[in-house]
Amino acid sequence: MIDFSVFVFYAFAAVLLAAGAGVIVSRNPVHAALWLVLAFFSGSGLWMLLEAEFLAISLVLVYVGAVMVLFLFVVMMLDINLDRLREGFWRYFPVGGLVALLMVGELVLASLSKNFATMGRNLPAAPADYSNTRELGMLLYTQYLYPFELAAVILLVAIVAAIALTLRRRTNTKYQNPAQQVRVKRADRVRMVDIASGETAE
Amino acid sequence: MITLSHYLVLAALLFALAVVGVFLNRKNVIVLLMAVELMLLAVNLNFVAFSHYLHDTAGQIFVFFILTVAAAESAIGLAILVVLFRNLSTINVDDLNSLKD
Repeated sequence: MIDFSVFVFYAFAAVLLAAGAGVIVSRNPVHAALWLVLAFFSGSGLWMLLEAEFLAISLVLVYVGAVMVLFLFVVMMLDINLDRLREGFWRYFPVGGLVALLMVGELVLASLSKNFATMGRNLPAAPADYSNTRELGMLLYTQYLYPFELAAVILLVAIVAAIALTLRRRTNTKYQNPAQQVRVKRADRVRMVDIASGETAE
Repeated sequence: MITLSHYLVLAALLFALAVVGVFLNRKNVIVLLMAVELMLLAVNLNFVAFSHYLHDTAGQIFVFFILTVAAAESAIGLAILVVLFRNLSTINVDDLNSLKD
């Protein structure tokens, strides 16, 4: 009788690798982005299996919800010539494949060591009222408070940088200047004219 | 029984796949960025797996920060890409050689 978690692991792993292959070989960048979404979803499923529920949810929210939408925006905004980008697509595949094979070989050799195979086997299971989110929150807001605030600063810098890079001033459009609108005085807009009765204003 | 080795091998395969992606898509900056995201996913998978099997939450905290930095990185990377395309009308890596010439 095969354990259900084993089945779930292999199912998500297969989908993850297939989606990764889809990302790197698809002809259309939009398809590549969608394959990447699938890869993140299956990665999130694996994290769920590893009892990292908070991170699994935030991976879906942050990556699928924000980063991938950004990718899709950019891909669809740019008018790119796909044929030129595909020139010599498979030319460096032998070199890349060789590098990848070497890397996989080394990493697998290291990963199959006995220490990893038995690690965590004798540790007790988490209690029933264990909450991954609470645990992470406790650590983030106490021990890792300064890194947490630094992360917030990094996000702020990213916002400012992204806007500063892509903002462009158009000189040929009509626009309102809110500061000037607020600063305006009555004297700038209204001119009082004394008109004696029976005469016309010039 | 799924052991830590299973996850490590899976992450190794995913990382290697992303490396092949960098080689194949060396002209297309957008897909290059996507391959980098795949690498980050593989690394994060390792962190979460170690965190689970060692019963140490610090790994998950680290993943949290990696996610933050990766989101910032891709936002700025894509902004640079947009500016690049606006100025050169291309994202082909072969055309980005003005520093070389």
